[in-house]
Amino acid sequence: MGIIFSFFAVIALIVIVFIGVQGANLHYLFGVVIPYAAFFIFLLGVIYRVLQWGRIPVPFRIPTTAGQQKSHPWIKTNPIDNPFTATGVFIRMAFEVLLFRSLFRNTKAELRDGPILSYGSTKWLWLGGLAFHYTFLIILTRHLRFFFEPIPGVIKIIESLDGFFQVGAPVLYLTDLIFIAAVTFLFLRRVVIPQVRYISLAQDYFPLFLIFSIGLTGVLMRYFLKTDVVGIKELTMGLVTFKPVVPKDINIIFYIHLFLVSTLFIYFPMSKLMHMAGVFLSPTRNLANNNRAEMHVNPWNYPVKVHTYEEYENDFRDKMKAAGLPVEKE
Amino acid sequence: MYNGGKIIIGLIIFVGLIALPFVFSGKGASAKPEPKLDTPEILKLPETERKCVESKEYMKREHMKLLNEWRDWVVRDGLTIYTSSSGKQYTMSLQNTCMKCHSNKTKFCDECHNYTAVKPYCWDCHIKPKEKEL
Amino acid sequence: MANPKPEELAKIDYQPPKTGWMDTPTVFKPGIFPYACKPKSLETVGFPNPRQWSVKDEDWKLPPNWQEIFIEGLRERVSKYRSFRLFLDICVRCGACADKCHFFIGGGDPKNMPVLRGELLRSVYRKYCTTTGRIMGKIAGARDLTTDVLKEIWYYAFQCTECRRCSLFCPYGIDTAEITILARELLNLLGLNIEWIAGPVANCWLTGNHLGLQPHTIKDAFDMFCDDIETITGIRVTPTFNRKGAEILFVIPSGSMFADPGTFTCMGELLLLHELGLDYTWSTFASEGGDFGFFTTNEMAKRLHAKIYEEAKRLKVKWIMGGECGHMWRVWHQYHNTWYGPVDFLEEPVSPITGTKFENAKSNKTIHICEFTADLIKHGKLNFDKSRNDNLIVTFHDSCNVSRGMGMFEEPRYIIQNVCNNFYEMPPQTIREQTFCCGSGAGLNASENMESRLRGGLPRANAVKYVAKKYGVNMLACICAIDRAALPPLMDYWVPGVRVTGVHEMVANALICKGEKKRTTNLRGEPLPGMEGE
Repeated sequence: MGIIFSFFAVIALIVIVFIGVQGANLHYLFGVVIPYAAFFIFLLGVIYRVLQWGRIPVPFRIPTTAGQQKSHPWIKTNPIDNPFTATGVFIRMAFEVLLFRSLFRNTKAELRDGPILSYGSTKWLWLGGLAFHYTFLIILTRHLRFFFEPIPGVIKIIESLDGFFQVGAPVLYLTDLIFIAAVTFLFLRRVVIPQVRYISLAQDYFPLFLIFSIGLTGVLMRYFLKTDVVGIKELTMGLVTFKPVVPKDINIIFYIHLFLVSTLFIYFPMSKLMHMAGVFLSPTRNLANNNRAEMHVNPWNYPVKVHTYEEYENDFRDKMKAAGLPVEKE
Repeated sequence: MYNGGKIIIGLIIFVGLIALPFVFSGKGASAKPEPKLDTPEILKLPETERKCVESKEYMKREHMKLLNEWRDWVVRDGLTIYTSSSGKQYTMSLQNTCMKCHSNKTKFCDECHNYTAVKPYCWDCHIKPKEKEL
Repeated sequence: MANPKPEELAKIDYQPPKTGWMDTPTVFKPGIFPYACKPKSLETVGFPNPRQWSVKDEDWKLPPNWQEIFIEGLRERVSKYRSFRLFLDICVRCGACADKCHFFIGGGDPKNMPVLRGELLRSVYRKYCTTTGRIMGKIAGARDLTTDVLKEIWYYAFQCTECRRCSLFCPYGIDTAEITILARELLNLLGLNIEWIAGPVANCWLTGNHLGLQPHTIKDAFDMFCDDIETITGIRVTPTFNRKGAEILFVIPSGSMFADPGTFTCMGELLLLHELGLDYTWSTFASEGGDFGFFTTNEMAKRLHAKIYEEAKRLKVKWIMGGECGHMWRVWHQYHNTWYGPVDFLEEPVSPITGTKFENAKSNKTIHICEFTADLIKHGKLNFDKSRNDNLIVTFHDSCNVSRGMGMFEEPRYIIQNVCNNFYEMPPQTIREQTFCCGSGAGLNASENMESRLRGGLPRANAVKYVAKKYGVNMLACICAIDRAALPPLMDYWVPGVRVTGVHEMVANALICKGEKKRTTNLRGEPLPGMEGE
């Protein structure tokens, strides 16, 4: 049900653009108003969510220790997977965020007759995830050519590297291919692997369809349908300089692309996509395993009712005395 | 424990990155590319004859594809003549046909290409036209 | 009840049902769930809503405003635990955790996939704590909190041993243990605990230990240990109890005072500490290092745990040493400094034998006996006759809490390799940080849920079977009291012939003590290798 709902939700979004732009001529709404709104919802939404998490204390220091602790100097520790210092935590987090360290550990359990259980290394999800996120990042960075004039050299370098093989005109971007392939992979594994299909919700399919459609409309726009790139840049530059203009003759495909991106921006702060910010806050990853060396303070720590030694001795004094155990009160 | 300071720093970095285009949109932020069609060759032509091999709209969108095809047809298939949609025939040549009229590479080609960070690899093989203004 | 044969139990169907999980009713299978708590156990510690109820009954006799209690409790906890809120918010359901859970691997129930176990509660959180969930309902993965939903949450909250293996593989470090811990807190608000947890908690409150051993009983048990040690080694060890002014307070899980093979670990510790002439004391009050309160609520965990520092303060010891136990060390290492710090009435631990400063414990002043013993061995303070353990072909089971909540891997291995000649590791995906739970942790080692325990223990047992076949392993060493209680039946079922031992039992067997007689048997009274005829 989730998959069908999500599919038609994305179709509906596209239809809305057709009606709005092609039918009702609402170029300004779709080219300026909605993108602005989406941008600010994204920005403020992300900040709001992060502050919302930030307001909640971390009562206990509960890192998942994935390597040898620091104890004796002669025992080799694992300062990254089980960090003792802030530097260690920083490196652990860098590995986690930049290289998906935890996912890299992934194994696949297999049960054969016997019973024999085996756990093979499986890197597909890691590879697919990494490919997806990094190509997404590069594509996003490449798009900055529409937001700067003159265009910074870095962006030009990224772009020329991306089109290194000079296939076709306009030059084919490698990241476009990898991105579409990675999204497709992430979708297919959701549908094909029975367990993953079983746990998948509409909110898992929807962003996949949405992001796939964004990629697809981008590819269509660049390689097949073509549109007035100069006009688009005038529009985008108008947005970043707060002097919005809507040039004529921009193909509808651009408005679809832009509207889907806007939808993603609006959807982002209220969805699981917030894992982008959340991963930095994860208490099992971003804390040092130095609990016994440094006290972690819980702001809502409160005194609790305990069973005191006095009460204990009162309960058992005679028995203790009989057993020859020392007591406080004779 | 809240780690508030680190969260705030993180948010500032996030906002900073997002705000980059707004803050540093650049000197030419409001400049619009205006490709020039005022080369002597074009100006020599009578007003009605000032037409490219295909319509202006088509050329604007598809010129890269057309040039790519021309190259393939000439270099790989040995063809030399292009028949346009209006039936007129042209010699397929960047230097002798296109650049004959559009001899102003910097003011014609580069104007838009630079604006959108497009770096065509035409001039990896072809010799750049010498422009008088330069 | 009789358990199915291993061959039958090992036929596991991993195919999820045709119907979606929200539409698939949870069937309570005998052998999977533990029994409900008795009202008296809850009353003893003042837990809410004590009453006589039964899991099998349709009516769980919930308080009339149970939904309100649960939802208010949920809202309170998502505003007190960043971990909880974050883990409910950011799961992307990638499925990496699915086949990491021993209960899923051994049982195939899709709701035992950590992600889905989390979704059971997450769906309720969405409904009552998020706007999208409230408005969009089921399509946003939200659902109403009905009695069936509550029962489902209960059924699966008591099929998670809080071992954190899933959290190791999660790209965001989502820790199902954290979700289970707080789910159990919420259930506890409604008096929905299990007797195997609530009973020990009540015992611990009254007597200081889970088993309800009263001071004289502890003394008696130790007298027996001492007699046995004397028979075996010719040495009379003289432990002291509740002695003021001792340098060290030594605390172990009470399971090691009562049931084999844990008792042999306790005897091993007695002999070692005696041989060292250590100025230490036991306590009949702080007679429990473990903390079943941790399996009810964090507050209860703190309430039970208090006695250890209280006792250290009263006896004016310098520092505290803890014995071999799993969740005890999760609590000691990750929680108790936060609960009771700053621990300024104790001193930074220094080994009186080697002079080693335990800098990693300089703040909360508690060290693990394996850290202590490893240091002794490194400094050549102990003499061993390893051949006394030659009849043992040993492998080591990393206890989940000590592994993923502390990271102590090398110390016990170093000790084992110094006291026995035959040591073999299980496959790397089943040890150290990737270790599999015994299947009975977090208070689930009751007998009525034996099928669940055997299923959950399959991955561990299977890895043991692998080394048993390959190297002839016949002894499974561990440093956890629940392991020592849970692994023997697990081995008997899946890998007959493999027995279970604590590390310090092997230490004491190999330890050459001053003035000992020629030993012919080990601490279990079994002949040492080469002494079979004597």
